[in-house]
Amino acid sequence: DQVLHIVPETLQQVHHLQHLCSTLLLDLWKPLLPEDMKAGEDLHIRVPAPLVQEVKASLDQHMISYKILIHDVQELVDQSTPRETSSYRQIPEDYNYTQYHTMEEIYTWMAHIQNNSELVTQHYLGKTIENRTMYYLQISQPSDKNKKIIWMDCGIHAREWISPAFCQWFVKEILQNYESDPKIRKFLQNLDLYILPVLNIDGYIYSWDTARLWRKNRSLHMNGTCYGTDLNRNFNSSWGTVGVSYNCSSEIFCGSGPESEPETRAVVQLIESKKSDILCYLTIHSYGQYILTPYGSTTKPPSNNEELMHVAQTAAAALMEKYGTSYEVGSTSLILYSNSGSSQDWAHMIGIPFSYTFELRDKGTYGFVLPADQIQPTCEETM
Amino acid sequence: RAMAELPPSHSSASRAAALAAAYISHRHGSPGHGLALRDVRRARREDIDGIGHKYHLEFVLEDIFERDSTVNCTAEVLYHLGNKNSAPDVQFTIEGELKNTDEADNVFYNRIKSLKKELEAENIPDSYGNVPPEMQPIRALAWAASGYVIWQNSAEDTKYQLAQIKRVKQVKRTDEYLEFDYVILLHENVSQEIIPWQMTVLWHPQHGVAVTQNGRLPEHALD
Repeated sequence: DQVLHIVPETLQQVHHLQHLCSTLLLDLWKPLLPEDMKAGEDLHIRVPAPLVQEVKASLDQHMISYKILIHDVQELVDQSTPRETSSYRQIPEDYNYTQYHTMEEIYTWMAHIQNNSELVTQHYLGKTIENRTMYYLQISQPSDKNKKIIWMDCGIHAREWISPAFCQWFVKEILQNYESDPKIRKFLQNLDLYILPVLNIDGYIYSWDTARLWRKNRSLHMNGTCYGTDLNRNFNSSWGTVGVSYNCSSEIFCGSGPESEPETRAVVQLIESKKSDILCYLTIHSYGQYILTPYGSTTKPPSNNEELMHVAQTAAAALMEKYGTSYEVGSTSLILYSNSGSSQDWAHMIGIPFSYTFELRDKGTYGFVLPADQIQPTCEETM
Repeated sequence: RAMAELPPSHSSASRAAALAAAYISHRHGSPGHGLALRDVRRARREDIDGIGHKYHLEFVLEDIFERDSTVNCTAEVLYHLGNKNSAPDVQFTIEGELKNTDEADNVFYNRIKSLKKELEAENIPDSYGNVPPEMQPIRALAWAASGYVIWQNSAEDTKYQLAQIKRVKQVKRTDEYLEFDYVILLHENVSQEIIPWQMTVLWHPQHGVAVTQNGRLPEHALD
């Protein structure tokens, strides 16, 4: 589609343009109505792509000069901020993985992915405090083998938008390359992947609609005067002991008790029920560029610390190979700060051997508001 | 005096390095040039009885506009014991030359001087991380000025980053300086709080960045 800029010189030209607009149903941007067209005044008309040739020929024929104001309307639209209503309903192949998506778009995407791939099934996990449904995706190669599981959740903190973007990218990569990449096929022969694209759905929506830098969920406390529990302080791992606040107005409020939040309970229930099969627990955050190992609640290293560190260091090295991005590796309590009630600590404490928190790009230059043009490189290197 | 080697990824080391980087940003930043911490190479901590904790650091800074452009630095950061109201002492050296941004600075200076109406803007970067090209210098200026605010307000158990510029408004002046009134959001990494902060920033190509007034704002100041 193109937008043309025309300044009609005579009344005759005005009439011709009005005629063109009404017969071809062109989209008049300026003025508002065809009857407002005047000789000597600016006209902006959007011409749909299939009609461009015809319209220009007609203008030439009538000696009406024009300039091209916008060469490609779609390109401009794509560059500007994402739309609120999604038109991704029909075609998952058109889904733009290098843009940030609203929760509505992510729900649609999950349903589509499930419908279009035999490897993926969508499962009910639970409900959020605002009664929204939480779903996770199971990527599983059909087989009668009982396979081990790798769990990955994204978006436990609302403002960390790159995290859900990564989960979506991850699913896409696996599915797109399943046929062509023998490593992925081998992987899926022995492992099932459980992916929760957005854990803190209410918070994520709130960060889109109201406060971009919101972190917690949207549970109500203190007689309805204060919102939000930090879900990553709400798990039953030395809950409420260190690196938390008991005050709802804090960003690290740990809730009224361990697993007080429905979102936490939904995750706990599922993971508990499958814990003997879960090999690895991954939780994705931003920012900082770290691969964190347990624990946050104590500096005492976990029993399998050497192995945990070795795997993480290998991962960080592989990550660096892609774009030179450096990720630091170590326990949360040593690298970041003490915290209790984290999902990572809890997963390890109930017996899941490999438990990691990833803090994705960057190191603070953009922080939580990572530009969309960094989605691709971040996701590529992390994969 | 006890000196201990720290793993460079240790939280104390990265907090001290972030503080040093903020301080350096303030001293060397301009609308054409911003510096951010990329990596910590080496860190040692010295406990000085009766005085405080001094960190000896080696780290790498990168240009916020050109991330491949890096520079090595060393710094000493002394957190004073007891006196919570005094900012930490920072001494630093930069290896080699910093990029000369005189031209970009002058272009920005002349552009703002010739504006008919005072510049005003909001949400830089926006929610999607976008910064329009003409706002990059405004962001770089805030980055340098926030370095001062961060330095003045840091302690051993805090780590601040500039999260976003909520509002910026140019203030008309009769002299040669440019003045901007900013409301910024600082992200504090340990408490995870987002703190609104006001700062009045003065700048001139030959005189660097000065924060003449700054203060924490109440939560509702953002509405």
